[in-house]
Amino acid sequence: MLSGNEAVARGAWEAGVQVASAYPGTPSTEILENFALFPGIYAEWATNEKVAVDVAVGAAYAGKRALAAMKHVGLNVAADSFMYASMTGMEAGLVIVSADDPAMHSSQNEQDNRTFAKFARVPCLEPSDSQEAKDFTVAAFDLSERFDAPVLLRLTTRICHSMSAVELGERPELPAEAKPFPRNPAKYVMVPGNAVKRHPIIEERIRRIAEYAEESPLNRVEMRGRALGIITSGVSYQYAREVFPDASILKLGMSWPLPEKRIRQFAASVERLIVLEELDPFIEEGVKLMGIACEGKSIFPLTGEFDPFVVRSSAVRAGLLPASVMEAAAAPEVGPLPARPPVLCPGCPHRPTFYVLNKLKVPVNGDIGCYTLGLIPPLSAIHTCGCMGAGIAVAHGAAQAGSPEKHVAVIGDSTFFHTGVPALINVAYNRAPVVTVILDNRITGMTGHQQNPGTGETLLGKEAPVIALEPLVRACGIQHVRTLSALDVDEIEKTLKEYVKLDEPSALIVQEPCALLPEARRKWTPLEVIADKCNGCTLCFRIGCPAILKSEELDEKTGRPKALIDASLCTGCEVCAQICPRDAITFRPDSVFVEKSR
Amino acid sequence: MKNVINFLLCGVGGQGTVLASDVLVNVGLAAGLDAKQAEVHGMSQRGGSVISYVRWGREVHAPIIGQGEADLLLAFEKLEALRNLGFLRPGGVAVINNQAIIPLTVTTGGQKYPADEEIRAAFAAVTPHVRFVDGERIAEELGNLRVANVVLLGALSALLEGHPALEGAALTAETWMRVIEERVPAKYLEVNRRAFEEGRRAGGSE
Repeated sequence: MLSGNEAVARGAWEAGVQVASAYPGTPSTEILENFALFPGIYAEWATNEKVAVDVAVGAAYAGKRALAAMKHVGLNVAADSFMYASMTGMEAGLVIVSADDPAMHSSQNEQDNRTFAKFARVPCLEPSDSQEAKDFTVAAFDLSERFDAPVLLRLTTRICHSMSAVELGERPELPAEAKPFPRNPAKYVMVPGNAVKRHPIIEERIRRIAEYAEESPLNRVEMRGRALGIITSGVSYQYAREVFPDASILKLGMSWPLPEKRIRQFAASVERLIVLEELDPFIEEGVKLMGIACEGKSIFPLTGEFDPFVVRSSAVRAGLLPASVMEAAAAPEVGPLPARPPVLCPGCPHRPTFYVLNKLKVPVNGDIGCYTLGLIPPLSAIHTCGCMGAGIAVAHGAAQAGSPEKHVAVIGDSTFFHTGVPALINVAYNRAPVVTVILDNRITGMTGHQQNPGTGETLLGKEAPVIALEPLVRACGIQHVRTLSALDVDEIEKTLKEYVKLDEPSALIVQEPCALLPEARRKWTPLEVIADKCNGCTLCFRIGCPAILKSEELDEKTGRPKALIDASLCTGCEVCAQICPRDAITFRPDSVFVEKSR
Repeated sequence: MKNVINFLLCGVGGQGTVLASDVLVNVGLAAGLDAKQAEVHGMSQRGGSVISYVRWGREVHAPIIGQGEADLLLAFEKLEALRNLGFLRPGGVAVINNQAIIPLTVTTGGQKYPADEEIRAAFAAVTPHVRFVDGERIAEELGNLRVANVVLLGALSALLEGHPALEGAALTAETWMRVIEERVPAKYLEVNRRAFEEGRRAGGSE
């Protein structure tokens, strides 16, 4: 049993990959985490996806098979590198894995990255389960070397994070010695004079790959009935099998370039032709451009992900299946239920910053990470969030546009290393009075604790120098910089109040390890509410901590419920204890805040 | 299609649904069936609602299921049980952990956590086969709150006995225990074994 991500890692190992680089991003993260466990390889967390692709390109130029993995929006960051890699080709196989996220389980958009393959004139492979995820990874490297092109391996969340059975293969013997690095400027130096000669070559290359697609075992026809023919790829193939057991299927393991002859033959062999694909009508438009009649997005949704119910009910509406196949009754009416959005964990060191920002009522330009959850009430202190690294420059732009309030940008440590640094240099250089808060929890949190340049350790567990944030921020040209404990509510409030009055750029770095890290867990010490002192003022509820509940005990005077701390959730971060005006919450025995709060 | 059993697991991030669905999919495989499992990582882990799909059968295609397609609903939390009731096939089996985890929208947002009677009535309209299990109480009596998920798996295993789609499958209590044993540290083996047995008892008694 392997997940799709584990299977890609295994496939890379079986393909003889020697170098892999990635930036963590759901749903792609486990690819590198698992690849890093194999012997005799090099794997790393890059600072961002563009760096990851450049690293993989460098390794492939040096004659070693290489892989870069990222979530779909990571390929936007890496697009520049992806495009030149297509132009140059390499000395050894290069595969770029894009893990798309239909339904946006953990993303800001649901872009369909198959379009990137077409854009870059490279092949796109789409596995439909874990076995294919492994096999197609191996095939992608062979294809890459056969045609001297990078290959886009496009996964989706349901491939990445589904487990199914996989038969394993072996890793080949690899030559021990390194090849000399190529000196071939006509191929590898993309100055205009060379690039104009390369462009026709890559156009001819994609034409040859389309010819290969006609014969490739990656594509296959499964003939059943002739009444309905389905062209499909990726996980949609599984829904086609499930919902249309009698239909014939053209399964495209390689969804770009399209095998025109095969599609024509298939279309001619069935009475009604449909295309079943999640998100964009990518195959559908290709088929229609061939002048072949087919239906796709007129039947199935353009947005969100499929499941058998969605496919079946769409098919019934289009008259493809009788209504009797809808065995389930309409979902029973359940009244509106309390939502359970993801929240900052109990003890999260990001909480005090958002509590203070909410109090200050300033506009906050956020970024991508756990701290985006500062958006959720009652903290409600994120007002924009678009993509990795955007917050600082958005705040700068708003300030330069004369936004009447001081803007605060918040960004995590890993995101700061990813794309925050150039934006902060821009703030310092072009002088906007933006306050940048770097929430440094020493790890990449949201994706499940991956090392980053601030952690002191690499993906392979090697010790690494810790990139210190304060000197880095000063070197970027910011003169007002302070580093505080992320849990020190008073100091954070004092500093932010001071910084929002400045007419110059400033930066506050708040540091505490993520409360879920093993070293933090060892220090968990649940606090208690002293019921006699609590009068139900509700102030502690405003920090939005899941460990603080309403007690059934009511205050005699106010009639309001007292607070109650769930000892199984409380970590003892003391944020509630610091803000309680009645000293009704205990501090830790080793507290550093108790004296300041009295 | 009737040769496939669909499970839907739901709960709150951090409750151990990931381990439980990992056990479940591997039990299917150990019983000689095809099996698939799907879940979502990332944001949903941070105290939010989580769901995970497991499917067993002679041949399993889709990794996930849709509304009204779950034969068995295993809920680790009561509000999440109700939220995912729409997945349950009419007449299906629901195993519900008698545990309420109050979301912030109730603590600070003024929303109301559904009463037990409301939950029971909503389920009764879909199926008579609903079993509430005191996972946390049983786990606490065994001295380790973290085995509540294994208690629930035990209850589920008892309720699966005699399921028509399992005819001919090599599935016994020992199959389950072997899979669990491979996934827990040796020092917690005994408490997990007892949790599974207690869960089986809780699931088996009407």
